[in-house]
Amino acid sequence: MNDTMGRYRAMTGHRLFWPAAVLVVMLAANTIYRPGFLSIELKDGHLYGSPIDILRLSAPLILVALGMTLVISTGGIDLSVGSVCAISGAIACMYISRQPDQDSLPVVLTALAMAMGVSLVLGTWNGVLVAVIGIQPIIATLILMVAGRGLAQLITQGQIITINSDPFRAIGLGHLLTLPLAIFIALAAALLVAAFTRRTALGMIIESVGGNAEASRLAGIRSGRVIFLAYVLSATCAAVAGFMMTANVSSADGNAVGLWVELDAILAVVIGGTSLAGGRFFLSGTILGALIIQTLTTTVYAMNISPQTSLLFKAVVVIAVCLIQAPAFRARFTRRRSSAPPPSPIADKPKEQVPA
Amino acid sequence: MTDNRPVLTMTGISKSFPGVRALHDVNFRLLPGEVHALMGENGAGKSTLIKVLTGVYDTDAGAITLHGEPVSFAGPMQATAAGVSTVYQEVNLCTNLSVAENIFIGREPRLLGAVRWGEVRRRARTLLARLELDLDVSAPLGSYSLAIQQMVAIARAIDIQARVLILDEPTSSLDAGEVAQLFRIMRQLRDEGIAILFVTHFLDQVYEIADRITVLRNGGLVGEYTTTELPQLGLVEKMIGKELDVLEGIEEHSRRDLAAVEEGTPLVAVSNFGRAGAVEPFSLTIHAGEVVGLAGLLGSGRTEVARLLFGADRPDGGQVTVDGRPSSLRTPAQAIDHGVGFCSENRRAEGIVADLSVRENLILAMQAARGWLRPIPRRRQDELVDKYIKALTIRPSDPEVPVRNLSGGNQQKVLLARWLITEPRLLILDEPTRGIDIGAKTEIQKLVTQLSDGGMAVLFISAELEEVLRLSHKVAVMRDRQMVAQLANDDTLDADRVMQTIASGSHGEEADR
Repeated sequence: MNDTMGRYRAMTGHRLFWPAAVLVVMLAANTIYRPGFLSIELKDGHLYGSPIDILRLSAPLILVALGMTLVISTGGIDLSVGSVCAISGAIACMYISRQPDQDSLPVVLTALAMAMGVSLVLGTWNGVLVAVIGIQPIIATLILMVAGRGLAQLITQGQIITINSDPFRAIGLGHLLTLPLAIFIALAAALLVAAFTRRTALGMIIESVGGNAEASRLAGIRSGRVIFLAYVLSATCAAVAGFMMTANVSSADGNAVGLWVELDAILAVVIGGTSLAGGRFFLSGTILGALIIQTLTTTVYAMNISPQTSLLFKAVVVIAVCLIQAPAFRARFTRRRSSAPPPSPIADKPKEQVPA
Repeated sequence: MTDNRPVLTMTGISKSFPGVRALHDVNFRLLPGEVHALMGENGAGKSTLIKVLTGVYDTDAGAITLHGEPVSFAGPMQATAAGVSTVYQEVNLCTNLSVAENIFIGREPRLLGAVRWGEVRRRARTLLARLELDLDVSAPLGSYSLAIQQMVAIARAIDIQARVLILDEPTSSLDAGEVAQLFRIMRQLRDEGIAILFVTHFLDQVYEIADRITVLRNGGLVGEYTTTELPQLGLVEKMIGKELDVLEGIEEHSRRDLAAVEEGTPLVAVSNFGRAGAVEPFSLTIHAGEVVGLAGLLGSGRTEVARLLFGADRPDGGQVTVDGRPSSLRTPAQAIDHGVGFCSENRRAEGIVADLSVRENLILAMQAARGWLRPIPRRRQDELVDKYIKALTIRPSDPEVPVRNLSGGNQQKVLLARWLITEPRLLILDEPTRGIDIGAKTEIQKLVTQLSDGGMAVLFISAELEEVLRLSHKVAVMRDRQMVAQLANDDTLDADRVMQTIASGSHGEEADR
């Protein structure tokens, strides 16, 4: 009995338990509503089904949220990611649209390189404002959030640029080993970011700066460089997400691409257990958070919830998820029901792990 | 006042944190109109007991009664409303708010929902007058020293109609005059029938003010005594649970020989080093293996000197040589490159990173010096961490526990170890023994002696003159933000002479300015 209780507590105390539980409950609700929800079928060598769709559609959000996780961990925030998505998509599409052979691989690669280069400049801009000049992150990135939309409009000259390029479309809709390519791109990005932060000391140093900036400075950490790097990484992730978003529809709309994605990304980070105050960050949690948000969106469509009420429905679910996530809230319930002590608010797990 | 029924009892209190058993079956009672000292080493459970009492933590087991009625507070607000007020070790006020706002925050006098600011300020002034403090109550609290902030916290606590007043190390940042002022207030409150629970590490203060003593050790109750029946030596034995040979070992350590260490090129030499508003330009040389003590009153510029030498603040001008070569110490990272380490007196704000584990806090400075691209291999980390946890007896010894779960003294040891790992050539220790118990204090003093014997230079800052004199080769004296003298620690130097220097600003050799 004691052993079972102990194991139960160890499981529910794990910081990924509650986000995972929420995801399972959502999928279960969908399955009850529509029994075929979880079924996957093989057609023309590609796998199809709602779970695959959720994975594919959440890929851009996962990318943006990964970068956001690092920025939030430093104690900052990056509101400009949506605009960066729009700009990177606009540059790539604009360049491709002007080439005679849009299907040529070198053309697409050049387009991606150009867009990536501009995004690095944008990330540098944010990094300089925050880390060098010392502007509050929310204000500093608000500048590019607003101005960036205008920039995207300038690049596309106010038009919606439509292209017809198979290699570019593959970023969003292509397949590899029966699965959508986007899933592999998101997975590769997650592994890269994880390796970049956890195989080096960058992750710990970011957490230290976010946890206590002054103590970190007095321990000899040149925090400016680390914070700068976080914003550059965030813009890089957003740029790749921008490629996916535009490739999905083979067109670049400066106004619509990546609109409000910064808010979804922040939400994914918070659901994943990273504190908005900075400090410890959890990449695997962020990915789960992004999947939860996409599942919710898919649920709204699948259940035919009317567009008028869908936002409200989402809001209610999000509040519920955040409450379930909060140890203090859960403790109130467990205390009321039994005299057992509340689960420890401190996650036992010391090391970040990359979900496969 | 002679009513001997306890105003407060705690029975069978137990409390555990992940990896730490903080309290185990502790009993405690508080009589009306007494000053009751709660004594124990770091990690003995004093702070935890207070937090359990005031509802900051739940208990795992045990019961609390107030005026004979069982109580259980859900938080400090409830405890305060029931007449149990607390002033914590580290001031928990809002430095950006005014003095008056800090005193009345959460219980402002109101008229039809609107705060009566005039009334707030008037009552704040009256209250501070009772403490004989003359402050501008509209000024932000942050514009006053830590000591004044502490007094404001006490003013806040006594304004509430408190029957029980808890003072958790209120004197650790006060100078002698302020302590006397506080004790006068404490006696006054005691005579009004308020029960005062007093936590301190200064034994003399206990015998000056306390009526009874409760001793905790390792989360368990050792016993309750009246101050008269327990001599000072007995108290220390009960607290650390062993004979006092360690303390005597340090006492017998002979005077340090200044001439022997002060030959050859100095490790660090600064001249005309100063910063407007912080400290007047000063000159100082530190040789390898030398311990330089920095004496002076609170606010005399001791910490400012340390911060300049570490690059935490930028100097206005002056020359620096390291190993005889012109250098600069303008940022902490630069100072660390030159082999300087700095343990700040402000452990919570400038020392530990509470989120990170003990292991991560330990290796932080070393990792910062290597840069993030060259992580310390995990096996090497574990070796280092294991070595220093053992060497400094950091408890709990699990390196993966978040450092916030450790007691203050153990956090201090973590900080010390963070620098020792980097093998600094000059280690600056700003009040390393403040707010920690005798056992840990002795360990740190012994460590300083060992390190300097091994060739490390140490700049040792402490409010306790005895400690400075025991460890230093020479003593630099600070007064009103000036370095007024540098005294060789020979047979002629004693606490009286240092005190005279602090008081008069002249004696011994003048520092050239």
